[in-house]
Amino acid sequence: MRYARRYAHPVTMPTVPSHGNEAAERLASMADVTASDGALRRFLHGLPGVDPVGLEARAAALGTRSIKTTAKAYAIDLAISMIDLTTLEGADTPGKVRALCAKALNPDPTDRETPRTAAICVYPDMVATAAEALRGSDVKVASVATAFPAGRAALPVKLADTADAVAAGADEIDMVIDRGAFLAGRYLSVFEEIKAVKEACRRQDGTAARLKVIFETGELSTYDNIRRASWLGMLAGADFIKTSTGKVAVNATPANTLLMLEAVRDFRATTGVQVGVKPAGGIRTTKDAMKFLVLVNETVGEEWLSNEWFRFGASSLLNDLLMQRQKLSTGRYSGPDYVTVD
Amino acid sequence: MSDRLSVLKTYKLFVGGKFPRSESGRVYEVTDSKGKWLANAPLSSRKDGRDAVVAARKAFGGWSGATAYNRGQILYRVAEMLEGRRDQFVAEVADAEGLSKSKAAAQVDAAIDRWVWYAGWTDKIAQVVGGTNPVAGPFFNVSSPEPTGVVAVVAPQESSLLGLVSVIAPVIAAGNTVVVITSEKAPLPALSLGEVLATSDVPGGVVNILSGKAAEISPSLAAHQDVNAIDLAGADEELAKALEVAAADNLKRVVRPQAVDWAADPGTGRLTAFLETKTVWHPTGSLGAGGSSY
Repeated sequence: MRYARRYAHPVTMPTVPSHGNEAAERLASMADVTASDGALRRFLHGLPGVDPVGLEARAAALGTRSIKTTAKAYAIDLAISMIDLTTLEGADTPGKVRALCAKALNPDPTDRETPRTAAICVYPDMVATAAEALRGSDVKVASVATAFPAGRAALPVKLADTADAVAAGADEIDMVIDRGAFLAGRYLSVFEEIKAVKEACRRQDGTAARLKVIFETGELSTYDNIRRASWLGMLAGADFIKTSTGKVAVNATPANTLLMLEAVRDFRATTGVQVGVKPAGGIRTTKDAMKFLVLVNETVGEEWLSNEWFRFGASSLLNDLLMQRQKLSTGRYSGPDYVTVD
Repeated sequence: MSDRLSVLKTYKLFVGGKFPRSESGRVYEVTDSKGKWLANAPLSSRKDGRDAVVAARKAFGGWSGATAYNRGQILYRVAEMLEGRRDQFVAEVADAEGLSKSKAAAQVDAAIDRWVWYAGWTDKIAQVVGGTNPVAGPFFNVSSPEPTGVVAVVAPQESSLLGLVSVIAPVIAAGNTVVVITSEKAPLPALSLGEVLATSDVPGGVVNILSGKAAEISPSLAAHQDVNAIDLAGADEELAKALEVAAADNLKRVVRPQAVDWAADPGTGRLTAFLETKTVWHPTGSLGAGGSSY
């Protein structure tokens, strides 16, 4: 691709993860496109336009794969291990968060072989509760921040929100971009804001929480905007790019996730930096989850098929996966009486 | 002689208030009692059964929560709609069971009357099988019947309409939702009954009708953890035994197959088979020194 060639590093470079110092150096090599609002706009608007019909057809075609027996069992376990088990309600109580943490640690009490979920995703004030409940396990605590879900607050407030969550023990931060600024074309201010939040993710000891950047694709109107937002987020240092908050009408769809996967693939081809993808909201059934896994495998390949690089933001999806898992292991169809109500 | 092309009917399943083809895409040939081809009927798969259970579970809350009076009205409405399509059903039953027109008409009339009979029972069964219980203590003790849940039914093989109505009407009159597997060789009256139910205010998913081989579909329904009871009316001895074993896993209620004269007075046996009794102990007596009570 033209834009990839123009900005490609002259020699083939090894892939580096988005968190870590090498990634910062690689991104610095792209500094010329983020030097000014004008340069950034020229770069983002110079990205090839998206063919919406082709994109949706491709996503739909990949959704027709039939996945059965051992492949299905593998996909179910993989999907469970990729879930960011989420509760983002005004009515969340410490008790509910602890119950969800218990579920993340042991999703199916009738079968201890069931893998754990990747993380628990909560509001910042619940991070301490979740971190306490998950202490000593490999399940991460993710926290939304930056005035989630609207993102309508001043930058110092957003940074304080982020720093607060990190200090409380969050391993991962899910930030929202300022859609108003993005849609108004003030790309550099969105870029600077993501960089500032990334900086706020640093801990005292030099490590940092991984940053997921939520674009709220349902509010970006066009596929071209989603492609631009993806590149903008990755240039600013996102560790994950995430579709949506789950709070608007249109959330993760196969098409917008496919588009973001393509952006991640092209970004690695250009900079050598690997970035994760997290579709969130509206993924409720095993069938849906498997369609997304097919998209990942066919677009970016096996290197992304782990919870290090791909996540599902979901809550009810886990129960459906568990019921399907029980069906596979016992041969009997399961029912909602055999999973928790949460 | 008109040169109109004949319009052949595509018989379809009735699941969740819609008329889907079998998920498997399969059909089988249905013949009359003399072996003459009548139509193709969908040959349901296990997955159709699963989808039907999902639809039935979804419909259960609304149907079991509706007032008994309202359920009675809706069941009576089914009888009204069936009466309006009496001729069609007489023809289908005559073909399916090899009966003369007058005998088939008697079957259809009895089926319509059966709907009326169960429509009347919806708001009366609670008085018959529930009530207050005398207990030795300061309690007001009440028992009331509640529907069991999702019921799978293997419909009678011989009686294509009257037998079918006699097994599904009591299940839904009691407030359950039902997944029924029709008679294998005579499914057409049952599939047409779906069209009647769809136009009689019966909420989608309350009755789900699958045609095909009972031996293929019923084992997964009997083992299904989200099915609460199973009626084996149309299962042969060998199949019934296997289904009963599978159903034991989550303690389903099972109605064993038995020789039944479908034309006879049905009684309330099939209503009470799918009812659970809820008993409430309400304290009575003095609340304090003042002598006030509940």
